[in-house]
Amino acid sequence: MSRPRQVAPDVLLVVAAGGALGAAARYGLTTAWPTPPLGFPWATLVINLLGCALLGALMQAVTTRSSHRLLPPFLGTGILGGFTTFSAYASEGWQLFTAGRTALGMAYLVATLAGGLAAVRIGVRAVPQRQKQP
Amino acid sequence: MTLMLVMIGGALGALCRFLVDRAVNLLPFRPLPWGTITANITGSLLLGLISGGAGSQPGWVGPLIATGFCGALTTYSTFSYETLRLAQNGPTGRNWALLNVAATLAAGFGAFGLGWYLGPAP
Repeated sequence: MSRPRQVAPDVLLVVAAGGALGAAARYGLTTAWPTPPLGFPWATLVINLLGCALLGALMQAVTTRSSHRLLPPFLGTGILGGFTTFSAYASEGWQLFTAGRTALGMAYLVATLAGGLAAVRIGVRAVPQRQKQP
Repeated sequence: MTLMLVMIGGALGALCRFLVDRAVNLLPFRPLPWGTITANITGSLLLGLISGGAGSQPGWVGPLIATGFCGALTTYSTFSYETLRLAQNGPTGRNWALLNVAATLAAGFGAFGLGWYLGPAP
């Protein structure tokens, strides 16, 4: 088993900076597009699907091309990880279920899950295949 | 001011997810992405604890901890990406992908619900 390697401070810095920006963008979108009480959480759905598509494209790009080493931690772990959220999804789903809006809750659950997987695929395929230069 | 709190919470949440992911993925539990699972469950539990007592905490708790920290500690994009990667690994991989989805959803919603009931009464 490998020993934990030291994390470069600049990686920690870009993860934190990306997380701040991603969370700010999510806050901006949910504030501009609030969900009415026990309504369908469109803003969170759109945030999560958009983040999934962008992460698919990013991962495809960085695994098929050479890129700066700080790009994946900044854009992927930081911005897109901070932008998308599972906790708000669980919270909104839970509140719909406990309020008896079971069908709407199920629709939200499935739309995010299936939509997220489809969005990642779309993102991956949107980036043309190209071999990494040696 | 609210945006600043969201951003501070978001920075700390993303940092914690990164460190948890690194720490947990050193353990020999593959192929499930335990780092993301751990982050999503922890963030959901914490959000449940806060939401259960909504209205009873000071005003900075919502933007800093709920929107910022819990929102950034948890992630849907990495969860979806890792699930797709698992699913592309043949029939065994598809089973792992299904297990990842079932475990994340059940444990994530369970953790939120647990926090909701255990949290301070409003």
